[in-house]
Amino acid sequence: MAIEAVMRQEQAAEGPAGQAAKPVIEVEDLSLTFQTADGPVYALSEVNLTVKAGDFVSFIGPSGCGKTTLLRVIADLERQTAGRISVNGVTPEEARLGRAYGYVFQAPALYPWRTVERNVMLPLEIMGMNAAERKDRAARYLDLVNLKGFEKKFPWQLSGGMQQRVSIARALSFEPELLLMDEPFGALDEITRDHLNEQLLRLWERTGKTVIFVTHSIPEAVFLSSKIVVMSPRPGRVTDIIDCNLPPDRTLDARESKEFAEIAHRVREGLRAGHSYDD
Amino acid sequence: MTTEALNSPHAAAPGWLSRVFAGRGGPLAVVVFFLFVLWYLGTVWLNAPLLIDGYERRDVDWSFSQLVEDSMAMERPILPAPHQVAVELDKSILGRKVTSKRSLVYHAWVTLSSTLLGFVMGTVLGIVLAVGIVHVKTLDRSLLPWVIASQTIPILAIAPMIIVVLGNIGFTGLVPKALISMYLCFFPVTIGMVKGLRSPDPLQQDLMRTYSANTNQVFWKLRWPSSVPFLFASLKVAIAISLVGAIVGELPTGAQAGIGARLLVGSYYGQTVQIWAALLTAAAMAGLLVAAMGGLEKLVLKRMGVQG
Repeated sequence: MAIEAVMRQEQAAEGPAGQAAKPVIEVEDLSLTFQTADGPVYALSEVNLTVKAGDFVSFIGPSGCGKTTLLRVIADLERQTAGRISVNGVTPEEARLGRAYGYVFQAPALYPWRTVERNVMLPLEIMGMNAAERKDRAARYLDLVNLKGFEKKFPWQLSGGMQQRVSIARALSFEPELLLMDEPFGALDEITRDHLNEQLLRLWERTGKTVIFVTHSIPEAVFLSSKIVVMSPRPGRVTDIIDCNLPPDRTLDARESKEFAEIAHRVREGLRAGHSYDD
Repeated sequence: MTTEALNSPHAAAPGWLSRVFAGRGGPLAVVVFFLFVLWYLGTVWLNAPLLIDGYERRDVDWSFSQLVEDSMAMERPILPAPHQVAVELDKSILGRKVTSKRSLVYHAWVTLSSTLLGFVMGTVLGIVLAVGIVHVKTLDRSLLPWVIASQTIPILAIAPMIIVVLGNIGFTGLVPKALISMYLCFFPVTIGMVKGLRSPDPLQQDLMRTYSANTNQVFWKLRWPSSVPFLFASLKVAIAISLVGAIVGELPTGAQAGIGARLLVGSYYGQTVQIWAALLTAAAMAGLLVAAMGGLEKLVLKRMGVQG
């Protein structure tokens, strides 16, 4: 099975002729229905999506539109009830077992009994890295999220924004090519959120990772993304996919530009279209 | 008016009384004081009928002050006065060599050793059962009802049988008593640890899944550390009832040694002062054991970064 997986991965790497970046995620007619006591809940309905290597893709939509569920299917934390999905050319489960992605949750989900440093080392311990390299990695990624000097602190000694940065460092520490982020800044105040948005953008530019980012903030999605997937609820489906190519070295000031306003407008239109369908 | 209030001596410095009551010592002292008052009242009240009966049979005149004085100096009172117990404690703790069979220290040590052995065995058993219950679905359904049922059997009823059966196959002394302690104290450990090992929230578990951590790693890196506060809550209960188990285990052994033996001998011969001295020793031991566990808890949780 492993060989088969590798072969499929290679096929995916070759990809269709003429395409520069290989697709990291391919979703085809994906549906997910939860069976609950009150009857079936249609969380996702016939979703189609391709994410290419190096993309920064945002899923945007109101609560209950299935954006988090779609991310969890990619991460193999949920399983689809119909349709196909591949991550790096293999099933999400194989990708998860191959530790293909780092996941940043809505809450920092730090283990309170571990220091900041040891929280970042957690995935490295699980993956069997030796102690010296673990320490080295933790230092490097804590530095990357501007948390040098906080190694020995416990999570409760840090602010919410700092805790979320630790969780980002933890997701980056084992150097996955794919970063899945589920409303990572949703619980933070706007000033902290703006600051972290800028930091995340710089991080993405520097590392060239593929990022999938769930949010319900239009400015956040437009500012960060190279591609915005607009979703609508009941059943969760994709109403629009918008390419978004603001200059790569943009700062928060880019939010006052004409291009920014145009893209934000189109996102808003997409969200509105989804809502009228709902009535 | 405000300045007046500020200038008054009470506002400037709190009186000694309020300072005492700010700490934990003050309220505790008050409780102890009232307990002693109640105890002395009880001594007079409970012993009076016996004394009055005696006065009347000997046909002597008696006054109330005479009654109070006599009620605190009886050899075999219904309820001995606190100072009688204190004298007995002094005599049997400080007054004898610790190796003497009449020393309370010797008996306390006998009880303590089976308490601790039973506590360790019970804790290990409790944790092993909890780990099984949390990880194996069949055990969850089959084992937990039996664990609960085991505690509905009165320990006094089965303790003699355990002692007799084990004595017959050659186990005497420490081990049978420790087994009774274990029987009592594994229960809170199992219940607490099942809850503790299941306490990680879905997010913390999802995180482990994204790393494709195996069951072993999830246990040692998530479930076990999460359960430590639950473990200590259970251990504080367990060590106290482990002591009860050890004392109960000493009752049917023919009263050779231990706090339980002192209680039994005391009741054979109506030596109520001796019984109360043994009881207070047991209570002090329980207090010390629970406090020691609390200290260990603080130390461990502090190392685990618990706030405060």
